[in-house]
Amino acid sequence: MESATHVIDLVTIEKRLWEEIVMLKKTLLAAVCSVAAFGLGVSQVAADEPIRIGSFLSASGPASFLGDPQRKTLRLYVDRINEEGGVLGRPLEFTYYDDHGASDQARTFARRLIARDRSHIIIGGSTTGATMAAVELIERLEVPFISLAGAVVVVEPVKKWVFKTPETDRMAAEQVFADMQRRGISRIGLISGTGGFGASGRQQSHAVAADYGIEIIEDETYAPDDTDMTPQLTRIRANPEVEAILNFDFGQAPAIVTRNYAALGIDRPLYQSHGVASESYLELAGAAAEGVRLPVSPILVADLLPDDDPQKAPTMAFRETYREAYGETPSAFAGYAYDALMLAVDAIERAGTTDPHAVRDALEQTTDFQGVTGTFNMSPEDHMGLDIETSFRMVEVRNGTWRLIEQD
Amino acid sequence: MFSDFLQFLVTGVTIGATYALVALGFSIIYNASHVINFAQGDFVMIGGMSAVFIIATGVPMPVALLIAVLFGGLVGILLYKGGIEPARDAGVIPLIIITVGAALFLRGVAQVVWGRSYHALPPFSGDEPIRFLGVVVMPQSLWVLGITVLIVAALGYFFTRTMLGKAILATSHNRDAAKLMGINTNMVLLVSFALAGLLGAVAGVIVAPITFTYYEVGVMLGLKGFVAAVLGGLGSFVGAIAGGVILGVTEAMMAGYISSDYKDAVAFVLILLILFFMPSGIFGKGGVERV
Amino acid sequence: MSDHKVDNNALAADNPTVSARPPAEALRELRRWRWQDLVFSARYGGFFVLLAAVLLAPLFLEGLYEFDLAILVFINASVAITLNLLVGYAGQISLGHAAFFGLGGYGTAILATRHDWPALAALLAGVLLVALVAFVIARPILRLKGHYLAMATLGLGMIIYLIITTETGLTGGPDGMSVAPMEVFGYLVFDELVWYWITGILLLLIYWLSVNVIESPVGRALRAVHGSEIAAINSGVNVTHYKTLVFVVSAMVAALMGGLFAFYSGFITPTSSDFMHSIEFVVMVVLGGMASVVGAVVGALLLTLLPQFLAAMADYKWLVYGLILMLVMIFMPKGLVPTVHGWIRRWLP
Repeated sequence: MESATHVIDLVTIEKRLWEEIVMLKKTLLAAVCSVAAFGLGVSQVAADEPIRIGSFLSASGPASFLGDPQRKTLRLYVDRINEEGGVLGRPLEFTYYDDHGASDQARTFARRLIARDRSHIIIGGSTTGATMAAVELIERLEVPFISLAGAVVVVEPVKKWVFKTPETDRMAAEQVFADMQRRGISRIGLISGTGGFGASGRQQSHAVAADYGIEIIEDETYAPDDTDMTPQLTRIRANPEVEAILNFDFGQAPAIVTRNYAALGIDRPLYQSHGVASESYLELAGAAAEGVRLPVSPILVADLLPDDDPQKAPTMAFRETYREAYGETPSAFAGYAYDALMLAVDAIERAGTTDPHAVRDALEQTTDFQGVTGTFNMSPEDHMGLDIETSFRMVEVRNGTWRLIEQD
Repeated sequence: MFSDFLQFLVTGVTIGATYALVALGFSIIYNASHVINFAQGDFVMIGGMSAVFIIATGVPMPVALLIAVLFGGLVGILLYKGGIEPARDAGVIPLIIITVGAALFLRGVAQVVWGRSYHALPPFSGDEPIRFLGVVVMPQSLWVLGITVLIVAALGYFFTRTMLGKAILATSHNRDAAKLMGINTNMVLLVSFALAGLLGAVAGVIVAPITFTYYEVGVMLGLKGFVAAVLGGLGSFVGAIAGGVILGVTEAMMAGYISSDYKDAVAFVLILLILFFMPSGIFGKGGVERV
Repeated sequence: MSDHKVDNNALAADNPTVSARPPAEALRELRRWRWQDLVFSARYGGFFVLLAAVLLAPLFLEGLYEFDLAILVFINASVAITLNLLVGYAGQISLGHAAFFGLGGYGTAILATRHDWPALAALLAGVLLVALVAFVIARPILRLKGHYLAMATLGLGMIIYLIITTETGLTGGPDGMSVAPMEVFGYLVFDELVWYWITGILLLLIYWLSVNVIESPVGRALRAVHGSEIAAINSGVNVTHYKTLVFVVSAMVAALMGGLFAFYSGFITPTSSDFMHSIEFVVMVVLGGMASVVGAVVGALLLTLLPQFLAAMADYKWLVYGLILMLVMIFMPKGLVPTVHGWIRRWLP
């Protein structure tokens, strides 16, 4: 088994090396440089036992509330898997870089993970920007990649080596509009941030609203760093035909919107996106969040799920483990990282090797994989594989905590 | 609708007051040292974050806020002693880079010590909104406005009635002449940085219940404060306050009446126009370049 | 230092100090200066060191990641050198240079990707677009001085950044846009090694042109502007003309590098044009040494590599990064290269 792995590794390495040498010959210093390339070859031949999981995350910077819990999750579970004997009898080796939410850093780190750290699989890209910046490179260098970013563009159109675990913003919009439809709401005001998440969410909301008989009659935006959205909300309030408000964004801004909404005494229901699905939103928005509805990952409401729900057990286990290690309840974003790591481990085990092509194929063949975000069924046409029913639960904030909305 | 207009105005003036406090910090340091202190926004962060964590240890809120503000002043002094004083003769641009380095350093320390999460301070006196004429005002907004007015009055007194304040003003007009008059210019610089730190921390403490605080909150506030300071005329105290309020109100009106998409751009277009047609800002003193 | 020698003569018609002396003595003096010039001067010494470094570096670079860093260093150094012409030599600060980088990048990317323009035409169009913007804005903006100029360039940069972020339909918005690979005469430029040579040769070219500009009448005029603008005007230097020239040229180089960066990375986001990126460019110039071409290269090298070295420190990265900036500026306010240069001169006879 071991030697087979080595042989396959060697084949791909040789392929890459050969490509490089071909390019080298086209240059003036071909002779000189092939010496360097041989040096490179020698160092790569020394590939050894551990399975290298590489990761670049926005653990600091404006998206740190995504990347920070993801880093904690990966670190925690890599250690746990190693304590239990690793994967394929080999230990996991975890390398992680903080891209600070900067896409060019993300791209450089992706290259570092592939070329220098020789990662077998890459998990990362907390934001869509960071993910997309690395995609071209990853496609070219052919390494399996599981993104933790939300937007649809990550997997549509399907890219051969790119997978993702979070629900898409389109699914979130659909879930919100479906709930509005049930309540008989048809004309709404949309308020979104101009950051990546908000802008993409706004676009998707416009794209799917009509499918649910919803018309967006007010459309306001704010900058991600804005500290008061009262003017925008005042405008929406001034339109008497608005029956509900949807705020599509993540970070601290939705909490400010929620507070402004409550202060203005707007009597029409407020919806948020899955971007605020964390305890910190409840903490920051405080009493103002009462009655707010939003779609959330099952993790946040794991204890409320009925016992026969297939997601109850894995989500509860994840929550307990995380809470034990870090003293806080994991957010949905931590769950994306958990699912990504477990999908990677599952694929490597089924492939029986770390050969990138075999692992990629195994990932694409993932069926009925029970993650904490939902049940994954990947296919050549779908590199996310979540269905809307298991991955999103509509909740309402009541008494400072989440309550499942009975759907009947 | 008139009540909408009033609502935008109230929102704008509240935001503007925080910009004004940050802008004042820029102006005080600029006057004393001709340095643009890119760490000014981070004083705001220091104030807010330290208040959050001092309250968490169980210290009563008013005491905690006071300690947080004093801590801001201390950081101002440390910045001067550790970064500016040793490089006094380095010239303006290296000094600016030093403040950029200091800003990154402060954020770096804050994220290690306090983490990267957002935090909210409790409002000083409840969060039951006050309504009149169809306008909603949060009690915290009144705190922000009241404290800003108090500080402006205190600064006015300090700079016109006290020996130290007058010395600072004199130094800002002509350092060499001030030195000849026996003013300890080193002391003046130290006090200026301490003042800027205090002002920043006050801003951080009073807005944290409205805007929340985290380790990078100073980035945007610092930039807006700088814009406000230049808008009013860098170095002018009246200008800093006017610049802050103008900026805040313009933003709110843009968001309320036109569109938020280019709300932030308006401030910069305004700046360019003012600089092109009134090169020293609305309240700036016209300068003559020495040969 | 040769710089000073030229500086003193900047406004003189010829070189009276040499011609006034007996020929033999003058010749000796000339030779003595030449010797030091070769060892120390930015013009020759620096260029040949850089040439050797670019040619020999592939021997020591190990794999794609190192080549990637080298390419980023070359791109940043090219921008820093021309920004240094503006900041270090002409004394005009710019806190919005990344906007030209970003505008060039987006202009090129949009034309090449959305409108299927040939790569070189798209690059050229991106550069010309920025040249036009820079030219139009140069006159009013360069009338300003010191901090007002700083604020105006910052404002201009922010406006361009906000347009790039907001015009989602055109630019892909805050998440950025993919860029089609560069195809030149039917050949797809993909490989890191090819990019290494493209950016490396461009850097050498820009370096060579810059040192020659600095020693030319234009360079002397620029330094005169830096020393005292009013004195320069009185001596008949067409100040506005030279300031505009160097502003437009440095903007164009930034745009060219932005375009190449977009092609190279296959993706571009608004962060390429944001305020922090502008600050980074200025820091490269100041940290390396203002009015030193070698300094700009060294500054770019350090600022590009530093985050990579610090990456392993994770949480402490920014703390250490800020501290290094402060310490270098406190102890070497002139920048690394001029300071070290001074040390070497003091140690050698």
